[in-house]
Amino acid sequence: MQIVINALVLGSVYVLISIGLTLIYGILRILHIAHAGIYTLGAFLGLTFYALTGNFWLALILSMVLTGIAGVGVYSYIYRRVLSKERIVPLVISIGLFIAMQDLYRLIWGAYKKPFALDLGINDIKGKGFVITQHQILILSLTGISLILLYLLMNKTKLGKAMKACADDLVMAGALGINVERVVSFAFFLGSALAALAGVLIGVYENNVYPTMGDEVSYKAFVVIVLGGFGSLSGAVVAGFILSFAETLLVAWKGFLLPRDAIAFLVMILVLMFKPEGLFRRAST
Amino acid sequence: MTLDYLYTLITFSNIFIILSLSLNVLIGYAGQVSLGHAAFFGIGAYTSAVLAVKFGLGYGTTLLLSVLIGGFFGFLLGLPSLRVRHDFLVLATIGLNFVVVALFKYIDFFGGPYGIIGLPAAKFFGKELGTGGYALYTAFWVVIVILLMIYIEKIYLRYGFEAIRENEDAAESIGVSVPLFKIYAFTISGALAGLAGNLWAYQMGMVFPDDFSFPVSITILTMVVLGGVGTISGPILGAVLLTFLPELLRFIQDYRLLLYGIIIVIVMMYQPSGLLGRQGILRKAFKR
Repeated sequence: MQIVINALVLGSVYVLISIGLTLIYGILRILHIAHAGIYTLGAFLGLTFYALTGNFWLALILSMVLTGIAGVGVYSYIYRRVLSKERIVPLVISIGLFIAMQDLYRLIWGAYKKPFALDLGINDIKGKGFVITQHQILILSLTGISLILLYLLMNKTKLGKAMKACADDLVMAGALGINVERVVSFAFFLGSALAALAGVLIGVYENNVYPTMGDEVSYKAFVVIVLGGFGSLSGAVVAGFILSFAETLLVAWKGFLLPRDAIAFLVMILVLMFKPEGLFRRAST
Repeated sequence: MTLDYLYTLITFSNIFIILSLSLNVLIGYAGQVSLGHAAFFGIGAYTSAVLAVKFGLGYGTTLLLSVLIGGFFGFLLGLPSLRVRHDFLVLATIGLNFVVVALFKYIDFFGGPYGIIGLPAAKFFGKELGTGGYALYTAFWVVIVILLMIYIEKIYLRYGFEAIRENEDAAESIGVSVPLFKIYAFTISGALAGLAGNLWAYQMGMVFPDDFSFPVSITILTMVVLGGVGTISGPILGAVLLTFLPELLRFIQDYRLLLYGIIIVIVMMYQPSGLLGRQGILRKAFKR
């Protein structure tokens, strides 16, 4: 039971990060490695605003909005200008950006781990043989709310439909009168804001925030979007949880040879080879 | 800066020239973007280290086997590329890099996280070379590799590579064997990376798993792309530039990585084909 809860919490964070990557890959076909830098930015902004205001919820919202704006900035000042170039160009730019971001955070906030101590004043839920800590409750409920809102956004609003249309065929969507610029910018905003949420939540959960916290996560998120079938949101959600459960269970099962990171990548290579469209292929592509 | 230090830098720069030229065979000639090149580099280095330290083999043998085993793994790991393309290949090679490093780290035979230490210095006719001599020796291999590249550009292999780079389906339809040329590219690339691994292992006298981790792959890719994909001079320039740049930027120590990242972004935005690429500013400057 405890393992299930831990896996759910881990999966929630994977999902929140992967949504941005999936949206962006789905529309622009860019492997947005710097997304992990955006995630770290979210964590640091959340920590800073929390220290300044003392109000966690205010800090969280400020961090999400500002990080979202930063994401839009990355799109409109950098990616937008190189979209017509060979695919390798945005990839390398994204890598350079990630390196620069991490170093920038180190210069601003220092290289060491900073604690993110937060007491919400909720009691831990204790059951038979398991505990759900207040931070786990926070993560699970916020992820749940975000996913429901995301579902409503994608399926019930014009903007969501426009985003889907752009993911299907960007040029065609533009030809049909959808304001592509605005839709793509919004996808970056949304994805980056969710990454910020994930960053803040992980910061609270692990009780530290540091410049290179994005390293592991950035590659993990790619595993998730591969498993989920590139560009499929629901696929990414399911894949995030599959990955977290697989990792948690295999690590709990002592005596497994490889570390958890290698498991994720081994699975990814196998999926790419034998089921390159991912486990949950989007119907329309 | 002492002379020895300069020699060491030159050796590093030579090793990275070989690495970036070998990656260029994949990316520039055959159009297969790999972000796991450090894995082959590591396989070459570990081959040499294991053979020299655990089996006491001499330099000539380890060199030969590093190249062969590097090439063999290039061949083996090139097989997935027959199934996966484009971004999928990028991700698969990233995964490959992580898995290889994890294997080095978690299998005791490879020394675990502490790596393998105590490689003897490379001996030629019973004599050690010293740092200056070793730099010269690596330069010798750079020349050999450059000659090999010029040769590849001259023979029919090049046309096969170009065909699969430009359009795999079209190449297949006019009778170019796409799998064959992909495997060629991966094998050549792996063998040369194995050579670089051997040179690295004997330069350092030890190997660690983290010397071959994902960031190293990124560095090699950046060298190729920054200099100019698909050219010979481009990857060389990229390797020399990125080896010496951090040293030249030493006076701004604290901002080094930040600047490094920003330079990559700016060059890619305004020189997307690389500094010495087909439309690069340096290429145009030399032409005039």
